[in-house]
Amino acid sequence: MPHDHHDHLSPSGHPYRPDDDHPLTYWQQMEIAIREILIEKGVTTAAEINAQIDAMDARSPANGAAVVARSWTDPAFRDALLQDASAASASMGFDIGPLKLIAVENTADVHNVIVCTLCSCYPRNLLGLPPDWYKSRAYRSRTVKEPRKVLAEFGVVLPEQVTVRVHDSTADMRYIVIPARPAGTDGWSADQLAALVTRDSMIGTGLPKEPGAIADART
Amino acid sequence: MGGDAAGPVPTEQHDFALWEKRVDALMVIASSKGHFTVDGLRRVLEDMPPDSFDTMTYYERWIASVNQNLIESGVYTTAELAERMSEIARRGATYGEANHE
Repeated sequence: MPHDHHDHLSPSGHPYRPDDDHPLTYWQQMEIAIREILIEKGVTTAAEINAQIDAMDARSPANGAAVVARSWTDPAFRDALLQDASAASASMGFDIGPLKLIAVENTADVHNVIVCTLCSCYPRNLLGLPPDWYKSRAYRSRTVKEPRKVLAEFGVVLPEQVTVRVHDSTADMRYIVIPARPAGTDGWSADQLAALVTRDSMIGTGLPKEPGAIADART
Repeated sequence: MGGDAAGPVPTEQHDFALWEKRVDALMVIASSKGHFTVDGLRRVLEDMPPDSFDTMTYYERWIASVNQNLIESGVYTTAELAERMSEIARRGATYGEANHE
């Protein structure tokens, strides 16, 4: 674990709680100040902020997995998703708001991977908050330059003949990767298939789980 | 950034602290109410010197950008912010003490 270094232990030997126990930083002061000012000026309320945090915490890659699994089992939905992913995902209750969402499909010949070179734009409606590595300088710098090397670090080694397409997200345009349906899953329901769809497989830095990995999913 | 040389992609992951989630929520709420846009957030982030990425964490950069955008759009002034931050500093030495629920 990254946080068990001894510097992060209190004199009593316990890990500091990240929020309350370490000295107040300048930026935390600023967050408190801005939040209080916005509430006092009627821009927002404490309840609205809490509700937004709850909504954020409720979004997870399970949303995206449900969308992907449906696209594997429902050809009309797959076509709609590739046509207009914002509308198709909203129809399942995962609204991305005014942003444009584009679904890109992996095939035997093409592997897609998403990045945001400028910051951290990410399909939050389907995947929740981005992982730290997605926001890292290394991932953002290198994915557009040497994607195969980056993918190999994630354990994804693609045959030479497979084209790798890198999609750079913007403030208004987000991507979701539709991984290829694993072989050996004929007859599986969408719910069973969703259990194979990992977060990284929808970013492109991973592949879906093999059906054998969750052999009991069909019970 | 994009295309620059860099080392291996780091694999560490941290749980988001409450203050970080609040920064995210403030960004989403303030932009949804038209006080600034995601483009505005990114403009300030992109204007930051390269060493900001070494010296500041992700949500530290975000709160700095949210602040710049809110001041530019006239929601509050730098004087109001400075006064409030001084008051908060006097409340206590930790986030828990300084944060009035």
